[in-house]
Amino acid sequence: MEIIKPGTQIPFTRYRRLAVVISTVVNLSVLVLLFMKGPNLGVDFAGGTTVHAKFQQKVSIPQVRQALGRSGLEDSTIQDFGQDGSNEFLIRLEKTSVQLGTLGEEVRRSFSQQFGADRFEIRRIESVGPKVGKDLRQRGLLSVIVATIMMGVYIWFRFELRFGLGAVIALIHDVLITVGALMLANYEFDLTIVAALLTIVGFSVNDTVVVCDRIRENMRKIRRESLETIVNTSINETLSRTILTTGTALLVLFALFFLGGGVIRPFAFALLVGFFSGVYSTIFIASPVILFWEKGK
Amino acid sequence: MQRGVFVRIVIFLGVALAALIYLVPSLVGEVPSWWSSFLPAERIHLGLDLQGGSHLILEVKVEKAVENTVERVKGDLDNLLKGKSVSYSEMVRKGAEIQLKVPSASADKARDLIKSEFSNLVVVSSRADPGGVEFLLALHERELRSLREDTVDQSLETIRNRIDQFGVSEPIIQRRGRQDILVQLPGIQDPERAKEIIGKTALLEFKLVDEVHSVEEAVRKGPPPGTEILYGYSTRSNGAAVEKVPYLLDSRTLMTGEYIADARVRPGSGLEGPYVELILSSSGARLFERITGENVKRRLAIILDNRVYSAPVIQERIGGGRASITGSFDMKDARDLAIVLRAGALPAPVEIVEERTVGPSLGRDSIRQGVISFVVGSALVVLFMVAYYKGAGLLANVALVFNVLFLLAVLAGFQAVLTLPGIAGMVLTMGMAVDANVLINERIREELRAGRSPRAAVEAGYERALPAILDSNITTFLSGLILFQFGTGPVKGFAVTLCVGIVTTVLTAVYLTRIYYDYRMAARRLNRISI
Repeated sequence: MEIIKPGTQIPFTRYRRLAVVISTVVNLSVLVLLFMKGPNLGVDFAGGTTVHAKFQQKVSIPQVRQALGRSGLEDSTIQDFGQDGSNEFLIRLEKTSVQLGTLGEEVRRSFSQQFGADRFEIRRIESVGPKVGKDLRQRGLLSVIVATIMMGVYIWFRFELRFGLGAVIALIHDVLITVGALMLANYEFDLTIVAALLTIVGFSVNDTVVVCDRIRENMRKIRRESLETIVNTSINETLSRTILTTGTALLVLFALFFLGGGVIRPFAFALLVGFFSGVYSTIFIASPVILFWEKGK
Repeated sequence: MQRGVFVRIVIFLGVALAALIYLVPSLVGEVPSWWSSFLPAERIHLGLDLQGGSHLILEVKVEKAVENTVERVKGDLDNLLKGKSVSYSEMVRKGAEIQLKVPSASADKARDLIKSEFSNLVVVSSRADPGGVEFLLALHERELRSLREDTVDQSLETIRNRIDQFGVSEPIIQRRGRQDILVQLPGIQDPERAKEIIGKTALLEFKLVDEVHSVEEAVRKGPPPGTEILYGYSTRSNGAAVEKVPYLLDSRTLMTGEYIADARVRPGSGLEGPYVELILSSSGARLFERITGENVKRRLAIILDNRVYSAPVIQERIGGGRASITGSFDMKDARDLAIVLRAGALPAPVEIVEERTVGPSLGRDSIRQGVISFVVGSALVVLFMVAYYKGAGLLANVALVFNVLFLLAVLAGFQAVLTLPGIAGMVLTMGMAVDANVLINERIREELRAGRSPRAAVEAGYERALPAILDSNITTFLSGLILFQFGTGPVKGFAVTLCVGIVTTVLTAVYLTRIYYDYRMAARRLNRISI
């Protein structure tokens, strides 16, 4: 079986200016969204408490809110969680001034009074103090930045500076696209999202490595051709590999997204978006950067 | 050549056998004793997010311990100055410092006394004005450092004692950073109660009730010097309402909980609820006898964490070293109180700064969902590889099976903790592992199209694909390392499976598959390849 016929020559590099415009616009809008609205930070980063509760009978969000009102927690954010009909909710309690750890007990007490002691189950409690949250936020951001720069340095070291630069720009693009998609899909940012972003950085650069490897090989092999032709040939020659590898990764990610449960879903979503974006950025960003660099000189 | 292939096959089978042996303890749960005597018994542990349990990070408020020490030093200083009849006009504690005001005449004497008698104090500053000399005293830097260290270590020991008595299997209690303590309680059923027991300071004090001044007036105007107001709670006779009762106490602490040798729950009689009986150490018993003997007919308040539990009148001198704490508590409260009293007080208050608790049912669901997505995801990849590459795809799938085997064996050997993100990492490894085979196979196809013989195509395919395979795996490994540095708990589990998975991937997807082709080459049967 073959997806891409041998000898295929799609003139990807011809569209590079259009790609630059589109990517810049999309990335800038993500940045605007980031600064205007800000990401939806989970308790890991913002501090606070999340309680994950499961009820045995059918319960609506207003009913949950009413029950929380017994402890004065009615202005919490309540989200449906899990599959339809599983009656699971994620309750985000904003109050952080009280001693952490007692809030979970208050929620339990309110629910017992409203629904009966054995009609519900507290499945998970996550509480993070504001200081810890701030610390995790800074370290999370730093680790993504360090990883991105490290990838660039690695490629610079293995190939050339312009390849490394292309890789870094492509990675920034992938991270921004993923962050934007998470914000649009209204997922919370927590530690597993940082794990996803770091994985995206590590995986997305693979395509770039493979294409760069081929460009270098072809530069030695076919000296007569222009750099643009070489880059384009290289992208085409590695295209089926790029699609296959990302394809198999996406296969398992779809399995995780649909079957892995609510806890892991945001993580799988981030990886799906990031890996997809990785293919685009390799073809339309990392490789053209090499060409723009050449022209600029 | 033939020999080389044979040797490699033997090595791989040996490694696979070792991997299987390493996996046995994780699969069967309990291994017989003859097994662990000469075979590895390490196993994969389930993280708290999979087996349920509580993860707590407690911050020890060391500054509070520093303030307590400074307060005590202030008392000693007061005694010394009075003993040497050095008068002072003012002595107050401000945070971790003591502000002392001495008339100019006795300033030098005071300074000398502090220098010679209090080696742990340093004079931060001294300021002379017409009214006298004002000293600002603080604990020595060295003293502060060891005090902070000791406070955290001692808190850790106390918490460990309490958890041991509470009865949790395989708890983890570790120091983390400068003043944090990490506590992990796997499989715990009642996290609220555990938190209560861990977080209680449990400072037990005996103080005399001041019967000279009126309590009401003290509440209104503030307590007279040398006294303080603390509250107790009493249940009204109707049982429902709880009333807050003020007590005016002598500030001096006559005795603390450090003299407790044992604490037991005693069932109450009649209307009385259960109470906690204290058995004092021999020095504690002597001290208690003296205190009660000197204060017959006065009321002695028993205070735990600044809450007055009871204030009985001392009828007579109490020998034998027994005392009891009564109050309105039920059996569970009494038992928890006995635990914290036995384990001793925390040297400083602790605060929960992070908590992650997962109930057992969510953990079970997570395992089930993780396994299902692993099976479905792997099946999709396996089917796809066969459909796309036929024979070579099958070969990649064989490598994938060994990959999972080795990955799990390494995790077991390291006694790694498997978390939900860790399972996700394994699922992801399945999807990314075949990348190496894709790179090789695509290259072999290219070489075949260029008209090379199968043998040359295979050799060129492996050789030319290798740099890209290594580079791409190294980059992913690097980001996995960064994640390991950054992450905690579940996320760390993901980083571990990701990094281990990369190593096993390169081994199986590249070297294992290569053995197959080399075998066929050696047997001179590589005339055509299914790819």
